[in-house]
Amino acid sequence: MSDFLTMGGYGFYVWGSYLVTALLIVIEAVAVCARFKASRRAAADAGRGR
Amino acid sequence: MNSSIHWFRFASPASFYPLAGRLVPWFAIAAAILAAIGLWVGLVVAPTDAQQGDAYRIIFIHVPAAWMSMFIYVVMAFWCAISLGFNARLAAMLAQALAPTGALFTAIALWTGALWGKPTWGTYWAWDARMTSELILLFLYFGYIALRNAIDDPRRADRASSVLALVGAVNVPIIYFSVKWWNTLHQGASVSLSAAPKMAAIMLTGMLVMTFAAWFYAIAVVLVRTRSIILDRERGAAWISETVG
Repeated sequence: MSDFLTMGGYGFYVWGSYLVTALLIVIEAVAVCARFKASRRAAADAGRGR
Repeated sequence: MNSSIHWFRFASPASFYPLAGRLVPWFAIAAAILAAIGLWVGLVVAPTDAQQGDAYRIIFIHVPAAWMSMFIYVVMAFWCAISLGFNARLAAMLAQALAPTGALFTAIALWTGALWGKPTWGTYWAWDARMTSELILLFLYFGYIALRNAIDDPRRADRASSVLALVGAVNVPIIYFSVKWWNTLHQGASVSLSAAPKMAAIMLTGMLVMTFAAWFYAIAVVLVRTRSIILDRERGAAWISETVG
């Protein structure tokens, strides 16, 4: 387990890559869903004549 | 003519919107499953590399991200060409939706490349042909997005940004062939079956699974973003009021 975390001494580089990538992907996915909800709300408001 | 498949039906935002909505969950689920398998293969199953140690595991993200960064640009430029040539609204919306995800994968490719380069080459960054052209790709995505946002009329923004995207497409073959054309730091293509067979097979498997995960993720995200763009740009259309009201 400790070998897995240290990645043979390359833990900073390996986990720095994987975690930052995961973070960016999650941020994009959440942002895209939030924007969709906002767009749908705005469209519904416009449809009802605000 | 009546017997032909009505492909152009889906070129209308009103038809594309519900279709995309039905497809998104499937692509998202496929992306999650493939990413889980790819991470398991890349981090657990694949053995430590004899020369690079565990630092090489970065390539399971780096290579798929770099492929996606170029591939998404090509797809974006394709839709820009369709949008310019046929004055097609949906094509322009798809191009607009692709740009942020393309920029994201370019940023990931650059970031992971730097973190791989430090332990392997001894430097995070060099003005090497491959790295510099990939950085230019990031600026092209940013330029495309910024140009769109600078023009208020969406149809004018479609045309101007499409021209920029098409001119910038010349950079993609430069990135791809840079490792052949210039003999600088970045090594040549690693994907070949000629290297140590057993290693190469499991490494290649992990990389390809991660690539498909990235594909399905990108499709899901781009479809959701396209739906948002449709809602924003077609706001007030009768079908939208009926759909969301």
